[in-house]
Amino acid sequence: MLRINEIFETNRMIEENKLDVRTITMGISLRGCGDPDIKVFCKNIYDKITQTAKNLVRVGEDIEAEFGIPIINKRVSVTPIAVVAESCRADSYVPVAEAMDKAAQELGVNFIGGFTALVDKHETEGDIILINSIPEALARTVRVCSSVNIGTTKSGINMDAVRRMGVVVKRTAELTAAQDAIGCAKLVIFCNAVQDNPFMAGAFHGVGEGASAINVGVSGPGVVKHALESVRGQSFDIVAETIKRTAFKITRVGQLVAQEASKRLGVKMGIIDLSLAPTPAIGDSVAHILEEMGIESCGAPGTTAALALLNDAVKKGGLMAAEHVGGLSGAFIPISEDAGMIAAVERGSLTLEKLEAMTCVCSVGLDMIAVPGDTSASTLSAIIADEAAIGMINNKTTAVRLIPVPDKKVGDNVRFGGLLGHCPIMAVNSFKSDDFIARGGRIPAPLRSLTN
Amino acid sequence: MKIVVTIVGQDRVGIVAKVSTALADVNVNVLDINQNIMHGFFNMVMIADMGAATLSLKDLQQKLSDVGKSIGVDIKIQSEDIFNIMHRI
Repeated sequence: MLRINEIFETNRMIEENKLDVRTITMGISLRGCGDPDIKVFCKNIYDKITQTAKNLVRVGEDIEAEFGIPIINKRVSVTPIAVVAESCRADSYVPVAEAMDKAAQELGVNFIGGFTALVDKHETEGDIILINSIPEALARTVRVCSSVNIGTTKSGINMDAVRRMGVVVKRTAELTAAQDAIGCAKLVIFCNAVQDNPFMAGAFHGVGEGASAINVGVSGPGVVKHALESVRGQSFDIVAETIKRTAFKITRVGQLVAQEASKRLGVKMGIIDLSLAPTPAIGDSVAHILEEMGIESCGAPGTTAALALLNDAVKKGGLMAAEHVGGLSGAFIPISEDAGMIAAVERGSLTLEKLEAMTCVCSVGLDMIAVPGDTSASTLSAIIADEAAIGMINNKTTAVRLIPVPDKKVGDNVRFGGLLGHCPIMAVNSFKSDDFIARGGRIPAPLRSLTN
Repeated sequence: MKIVVTIVGQDRVGIVAKVSTALADVNVNVLDINQNIMHGFFNMVMIADMGAATLSLKDLQQKLSDVGKSIGVDIKIQSEDIFNIMHRI
């Protein structure tokens, strides 16, 4: 029989430490929707999405009420649109994004991911049309999220795509300038993108996936922080053990929600993503966990080591708690979505360069970082290339979600609202990389790709 | 289905009686009760079986929440599964 302290422990995690399931994301294959006529194609995908996910929000709310665990987001990801839309005779996929947006609105989900191209080696015609459509697609929709995979450990880095993406990020910022370039908050540029990521803005339903899948992202930075408060001053052996135990408990809840959602929706369970995902709410910060370990302010020396321990212990604890682990599975370090990261930038302890170092040891990358509006496209591309190189060489996923906010400079602040939070504009190294980015071509796959 | 009823609030006469009566009224069978008072705060956990209940879980949650409001305590009902999956392997 359950003990009273166990019951109160669970409820304290939920009520005081903000334990929640961050997202139930239904992946939906659109591979049967192709048609030469883009209007027919858009109708096909709208019908497919709204039919397959019609009960997603209701089932999510039922589970939430029954178990007393908040499920913050119910979302949908689809097959990369560049793959399925290439059959259309069209020179823009903006209407496809609009159909996705309409479907998401009909379902009551806040984001739909998959306006995506996978161009880690080279592009096809459909990939180029999709990439060129991104700025307008993100400006004309509310719920659509876009991602582009520009490199992998196996293929190297497609530097033509890297160059193109710098321009796309700039253009997206310009087209959504009236809302502080919010379009860029819905655009992720990946190296080693994963096919079953439930987290936005980078979620898409990979081509190796089945007809549909339920992927669940858990959260709980507040729970980990609270657990570490009880072992202040103790050795890292104890710190790691405490995080592992906590991560196990958090992940068990994700497992329960995933199996229930899968059963009730009649959809195969995909994966549990073990990421620690912060929110701007007080007590829900990854930076505060690092500071709890003894770092005065996130970004100070020791931060990368603290993050490495955290990331590893979360995985070790979560691994045994879930039937299938996948997605990004690591600690997220976005700036605008984490109250502790925002405070660290404002205090001057956290810089873009330190964040880059931190991305070597955690998922996922330079995330939700607002930079001056006059940052050039080639500088953005060069930052993307640096981050992709870390992913390629270390055989891990890295991503860039930078927001060059028009007319803003270092010291200004931007506010996106909701889970996207707010962010001080961060300084970017002002030396130029134009000639480097102008070269184009492909950075060859590294030696470690030859593992066969 | 087994449910866990947690009751937290200022201690007063009749909390157990009120909650037990409300559960009995809809044919929910109490299996275990665990209760303590900490710093004047009343904490109680009931484990109950609602296999033969005459109300759905959603309606029972609402009914008990209303009972809680009438006596100044917070009453929460959850499926037992969330606690089992977290604390039992």
